[in-house]
Amino acid sequence: MSEFYTATKRRPNGAAFVVAGALAALGALLIWQGFAIPDKGGYAGIGSGALPKFVGYGLLVLAALHVVSGLRDAAPAMARPHWTPVLWILVGLALQLILLKPLGFAIGSALLFACTAAGFGKTKLVLTVPIGLALSLLIYGVFDQLLRLKLPAGVLEHLIFGG
Amino acid sequence: MTTFDFLLHGLSVAMDPMILFYALIGVTLGTAVGVLPGIGPALTVALLLPVTYGLDPAGSLIMFAGIYYGGMYGGSTTSILLNTPGESASIVTALEGNKMARAGRGGPALATAAIGSFVAGLLATLALAFLAPYVVKLALVFGPREYFALMMLAFVTVSAAFGDSAMKGLTSLFVGLALALVGIDQLTGQARLSFGVPELLDGVEVTTLAVALFAIGEALFVASQGNTGVDKIEAVKGSVWMTRSDWARSWKPWLRGTLIGFPIGAMPAGGAEIGTLLSYATERRLSKNPEEFGHGAIEGVAGPEAANNASAAGTLVPLLTLGLPTSATAAIMLAGFQQFGLQPGPLLFATSPDLVWGLIASLLIANVMLLVLNLPLVGLWVKLLTIPRHWLYAGILLFATLGTIGMNPSPVELGMLLIFGIMGFMMRLYGYPIAPVVVGLILGPMAEQQLRRALAISQGDWTTLVATPVSAGILLVATLALVVPLIMRMRGQGAVLSQIASDED
Repeated sequence: MSEFYTATKRRPNGAAFVVAGALAALGALLIWQGFAIPDKGGYAGIGSGALPKFVGYGLLVLAALHVVSGLRDAAPAMARPHWTPVLWILVGLALQLILLKPLGFAIGSALLFACTAAGFGKTKLVLTVPIGLALSLLIYGVFDQLLRLKLPAGVLEHLIFGG
Repeated sequence: MTTFDFLLHGLSVAMDPMILFYALIGVTLGTAVGVLPGIGPALTVALLLPVTYGLDPAGSLIMFAGIYYGGMYGGSTTSILLNTPGESASIVTALEGNKMARAGRGGPALATAAIGSFVAGLLATLALAFLAPYVVKLALVFGPREYFALMMLAFVTVSAAFGDSAMKGLTSLFVGLALALVGIDQLTGQARLSFGVPELLDGVEVTTLAVALFAIGEALFVASQGNTGVDKIEAVKGSVWMTRSDWARSWKPWLRGTLIGFPIGAMPAGGAEIGTLLSYATERRLSKNPEEFGHGAIEGVAGPEAANNASAAGTLVPLLTLGLPTSATAAIMLAGFQQFGLQPGPLLFATSPDLVWGLIASLLIANVMLLVLNLPLVGLWVKLLTIPRHWLYAGILLFATLGTIGMNPSPVELGMLLIFGIMGFMMRLYGYPIAPVVVGLILGPMAEQQLRRALAISQGDWTTLVATPVSAGILLVATLALVVPLIMRMRGQGAVLSQIASDED
C-alpha cells in the first residue's frame, strides 16, 4: 500500500517499549482471565481457560522480544504524522458515536463526512455539512427503506420518511 | 455425476437472471474498489456483510466472489495509470505498467492486463472446478488434528513468513487471536473476557474489526501524511488495442502467470502478492530483452496480472473445500458463509451442490463480464481516479460506519470501531501488517475448536497432534515457514522477504 517515508530518526526506539508495555498488559490480562475462568478440562484436559493462557504467554514473549529489539535496533525511519487531520477524523467519529442515538443517522453521519473532508483539507463546513447531510439521507433512504437495514432514525428521518 | 456435469448444472444455476444480476453488481463494485486506492476487496466484502444479511445466500456469495475477482482486475488500472497500486496485489504491475503508460503505451498495458486477467481467471476457475472434488475427497480423511495443523500453517504463512519482521507479523496475529477470545466459548458456553459488558458476549464482529483496521486506519494514515503531492494520472493515449508483437510477447507470460499464481493461491501461503512477484521474476529471467524491464516491458505486466487473478481463484480452493481462508478477503468471505449458516468444507459440496457449483460457474461468467467492463469501459474507471481525496475518504468513512451501524447501532460497537481504527492507524504508522489480525480473529476460534477436539479424542494426549504423517508433515512445513525466514533475515537476505509483504488482500 501507500508508503511515504520522510526521515525522522529518533535514536532510542521508544515506540518498541510502548508496544512491549501494551502487549505485556494485554498478555497479563489474558493470563489472569485464563486462571479466573472455571476450567473443566473434560476429556481434552484443557478447557475454556487454556487458550487465553496460551495467547497470554505468547503476548508476553512478544513483549520481551520488543524490549530486546528496542534496545538493539535504532528506530526505523518513519513517516512523521500530521496530527491535525487525524484529530479532525477522530472528532468526526466521536461525534457520530455520541449523536447517533439522540439525533439519528443522518445528522451524525453528515458531521462525520464533514469532519473527514476537513481532515483531508476541505475545511469549508458550510459546503461539506449540507453535502454530507444529503448523502446520508440518500443512504438512509436506500438502505433503511429499500434494503431494510435498520438504521437509527432521528428528527430528520422522521420528518422526511415518516414514522 | 462427473465434474463436467456438475459444472453444467452450475451454469444453469448461474444463468438465472437474479444470479447474473448479483454477479454483475459484484464485479462492478469489485472493479470500482480495485481502482480506488485506499479501499480493497476485503473491506468491501466486510462492509456488505450486514447489508446482505436478509438477501439470497447464493446470490450474496456470488457477489462477494465477484468483488474479489473484480478487485484484481481493477487494481491494475490504477497501477498502470497512477503508479499507486489500487490494491496490494498490483504492486508489481505498477513497476512496468506505469512506465508503459508514460511512454504512451498505456492502452496496450491495460489491454494485456485485462486480457491476461481474463485468460488466467478462466483457466484458474476451471482448475478450481476440476481440482475441488479431489481436495474434497482428501479432506474427508482429515480429522481435527489435520485441520489444526493446516490452520497453524496458515497462521505462520500469513503472519511470519513474509514481510520485514516476523516479530511484527506475529504480534499482529496474537492481537487478532486475543480479540478472538472475547465472547462465549463455542465448546462450553463459558463467557470469556467480556467483563460483564453484554455487547462483548457476542465477541468482536469481523465487520467492525475489518472496517476499523482497513477503512478507518487507512483514512487516518493517509490524512496524517498530509499533502504529499498529487499523483499524476497518465492519460490513455493512442489505441487500446495490442499490436501483433504485443500479443506474441504476452500470451506466454499469461499462461506462465496462471501456472505460478494458481498453486500459490491454493496453498495456505498468504495473499496474491507472492505469485505476482514470482511471476515478475520469472518473466524477467526468461525475457529475450531483459534490458526493457524497468522501462516498460509488456511481459512484466502480462505475467503478474495473470498471476494475481489466478491466485484469487486458487484461494477459493482451500476456502471452499477445507473452509480454510488464506487471505484477508477469503477470511471475510468465510465469515460471509457463516452468516448464512453455511460451513465451507467437504460437506458443503454434498449438502449444497447447487450453491457451490453455481458459485464456481458464476465466476466463469463474471470473468466475461469483467473483460467487457475493463476493456471498452476503461475510460469510465479512470474518471473514478479524478475524485478529489477529501470527497473520496469522507465517502469511504460514511459507508464504513454504515456497515457497523446497520449491524448493531450501539455506542459500544461504534466505540470498538473507533478504538480499532486508532489501532489500525498506529499499526500502519509503525509498520505492523494488518491482515494477520483479521485472519487471527476468524481462524483463531476454529483452530481452538480443532485443537480441543483433537485432544478430547486422544484423551488429553498431546502427541496426537503429530501422530499421523499428514498432520506431522504440515506442522513441520509450518515450523520451517517460521524458522527459515528468520535465518534468511539474520543472514541479511531479508530484503527479498520484505518485498513480498502481504498487506491487505
